[in-house]
Amino acid sequence: MSLILLVEQVLNGLQFGVMLFLMAAGLTLIFGVMGLINLAHGSLYMVGAFAAAAVAAWSGSFVLALIASLAAAAAFGALIELTIIRRLYDRDHLDQVLATFALILVFSEATRWVFGSFPLFLDIPDALSGTVMLPGGIQYSLYRLTIIVIGLVVAAALFLLISKTRVGMRIRAGESDREMIGALGVDISVLYTLVFALGAALAGLSGALVGAIQSVEVGMGEPVLILAFVVIVIGGIGSIKGALAGAILVGLTDTLGRTMLPWAFTTFMDASAANTVGSALASMLIYVLMAGVLIFKPNGLFGSA
Amino acid sequence: MRPTGQGVSKLKGIAAATLLATTLPMAAMAEDGNAIKIGMITTLTGGGAGIGADIRDGFMLAIDQAGNENVEVVIVDDQRQPDLAVQLSDKLIQSDKVDLLTGIIWSNLALAVVPSATAQGKFYVSPNAGPTQLAGRGCHEKYFNVAWQNDNLHEAAGAYTTSAGYQNAFILAPNYPAGQDALTGFKRMYEGELAGELYTRLGQTDYAAEIAQIRASGADSIFFFLPGGMGISFLKQYADSGIDLPVVGPAFSFDQGILQAVGDAALGVKNTSQWSKDIDNPTNKAFVESFEAAFGRLPSLYASQSFDSANLILSALSKADVQDADAFRAALLEADFSSTRGDFEFGNNQHPIQDIYVREVIQEGEVFTNRIVGTSLTDHQDVYASECGL
Repeated sequence: MSLILLVEQVLNGLQFGVMLFLMAAGLTLIFGVMGLINLAHGSLYMVGAFAAAAVAAWSGSFVLALIASLAAAAAFGALIELTIIRRLYDRDHLDQVLATFALILVFSEATRWVFGSFPLFLDIPDALSGTVMLPGGIQYSLYRLTIIVIGLVVAAALFLLISKTRVGMRIRAGESDREMIGALGVDISVLYTLVFALGAALAGLSGALVGAIQSVEVGMGEPVLILAFVVIVIGGIGSIKGALAGAILVGLTDTLGRTMLPWAFTTFMDASAANTVGSALASMLIYVLMAGVLIFKPNGLFGSA
Repeated sequence: MRPTGQGVSKLKGIAAATLLATTLPMAAMAEDGNAIKIGMITTLTGGGAGIGADIRDGFMLAIDQAGNENVEVVIVDDQRQPDLAVQLSDKLIQSDKVDLLTGIIWSNLALAVVPSATAQGKFYVSPNAGPTQLAGRGCHEKYFNVAWQNDNLHEAAGAYTTSAGYQNAFILAPNYPAGQDALTGFKRMYEGELAGELYTRLGQTDYAAEIAQIRASGADSIFFFLPGGMGISFLKQYADSGIDLPVVGPAFSFDQGILQAVGDAALGVKNTSQWSKDIDNPTNKAFVESFEAAFGRLPSLYASQSFDSANLILSALSKADVQDADAFRAALLEADFSSTRGDFEFGNNQHPIQDIYVREVIQEGEVFTNRIVGTSLTDHQDVYASECGL
C-alpha cells in the first residue's frame, strides 16, 4: 500500500466524515435541545436531494439547486415541526420513534407520487468536475475537495453561531434547562421551530451535495441516518463539537478499514478469502468503534454526564 | 423538466395497472376455457421499486394484450423484505387460492419463498431472480425461471472481457449471495489475470475508496456488478475520477430504468444481456412499441422478462388446465410462445438455454439506451443444470 494511496484514502475518509457531520449536526442539535429522536431526518436529506435534482433539471444551475435544497428541506422541516413534531416533545422516546418512523413512510411515498419510482439525474457542475493534482502527485476529485471545504466552513459557522450569538446562547440555554429559559421570557416554541428548520436545512444541503455523486432515489436517507446516529452516540449527544469529531472518526475508520483490512489479511491468507473476511469485518468496524467508545466514555467523547 | 414529466407518465402507468388489477377479477367470472389465478409478489415501494414497476407493467401488458378473461392476477408488494414475502406467499396460497406465483426480483426473497410455494404444490415462474441454489440440486419440477441463472450474464461478461483482449481486470461486487455468484460467474469465463478483487457493502453509495484502489492497481479494465442505486453512484463517481479504463458489466447496472440517472457517465460502456430493445424480431418490436405507448417509457430487460413470463403462462394455459399439474408442467416446459428474445428453450433444470449479447450504451436524442454490438455466448446453459435431477 503506497503512501499516495494512503493519503488519498485519508482524504476520502475526511470527505465522508464531513458529509456525515452535516447530517449529524442537525440530529444532535434536535436531540440536545428538544430531547427528540427524529428518525425522519433521513427523509429531509432525501427532500434536499430531490429538490436539488428538480431545480437543476429546470434551471441548469447547481448553485440554484443547492439553494433550493436548503430552502425545501428547511420549509418541510418547519412544516412538520409545526404540525406534528411539536406534539411529541412531552411524549416518551417510543412515541417519538413511532411517529417519526411514520413520517419516513409518508415522505417516501409522497416523493414517489410526485417523482416516480425511478432515480433522478443530478450531476456535478462542469466547473467542479474532474480532478486536481495535489502536492505530492495525488490526483483527487475537485468536487470531493469542495465538499470537504463546504463541510468545514459550515462546521465553523455553526460553532460561531452556537458560541457567539444570542440565538446560540438561547439554544445552549434550552439544552441545559428548558423550563427556565421559558420562564425567562424566551419564546421557546419559536426557538424549537428555528432549531428544527436549521437541522433540516443542513440535512437537505448534505443530500444535495451527495446526490450529485450518488443516486437520487427514494429511500436514500435511511442508510445515512443510521450512520448519523452512530456519529452522535460516539460524539456525545447534543454536542456540535462531538458531532464533528465523531463524524470524522467514523468517516476515517470506515474508509480506511474498508481498504486496509482486506489488504492486511492478504499477508497471511489467499487473496479471495482475505477479501471476503476483510470486507465482512470492515463493515462491522464502526460499530466496534462505537462499542469501544461507550465502554470508556458512556456519554460519548464530548457528552456531558 | 424531465423528472416531472417522467413522474406524470409514471402515475398514468400505475393507474392503468391498478385499473387492470381491479377489473380483472370481475372479468374472470366467464367460465369457458382453462381459468388460472396468478399471485404476483414484487417490490413496489422502497429501494428497487422501479424494477418492480417494470416487472408488473411488462406482465400486465402481456395479460392485457391476450384479452383472456379467465386469467386473474393478484399483485402484492414485498417491500424487498424476505419475511414479508413469505407471509404474502402464504396468504396468496391459502386465502386467495392462487394456482401459480411469480414476480420476485431479489434472490434472497426467492430463496425464502420458492421452496415453500412449490412444497405446497403451487407453480412458481420466476421473471428475474435465478439463485444457484434453485438451479442445481435444489431444482424443482414446479419451479421455472424465464430470465437466467444468476451467473449467466456475468459469465458472458467474463467471456467478452477475454475476447476483447483485456489481460488484467479489476473486479468488484457487493458482499451478498448474488454478488458472490457474479464474481464466480465472471471468473469462470475470464482467462486473464486479476488486478484486484473487491467485495463492497450491500447498499454502499460511496466508492471513493474502491476507485482509489482501482487507480493504484494497474488494471487494464474493470468489471463490476452493482445493481440499482449502487451502480448509479459508482458510475458517476468513476466518471469524475479521471480514470479512463474500459468498463464491462452485466445489464443490471445499465438497464433502461437507471441509465437516465447516470447520464453521460455510462456512454460507450459494454454490458451483457439476454435482451435488448433492438433484437430484431416482430414480437420484440411490438413489445417495445406497445410498452412505450402504454406507459410512456422504454421497457427494461426486467419488463421483457416478465412479459415473456406472462406469455409463457398463457401459452401453457391454452394447452392444459392448471389443476392437472403434470399436463400443465409439460405445457410450460414446451415453451411454445413467441419470446421477445426470439428463440426460447428450457434446459433440464427448467432454466433458459439462450444467447447472451454484448450491448453498448448509446444516446438516442434525449434518451440513453443500449444497442447490441455482438454476441458473447450462444445457446448458453448454466453449469448447475448437470446437478439437477430433472
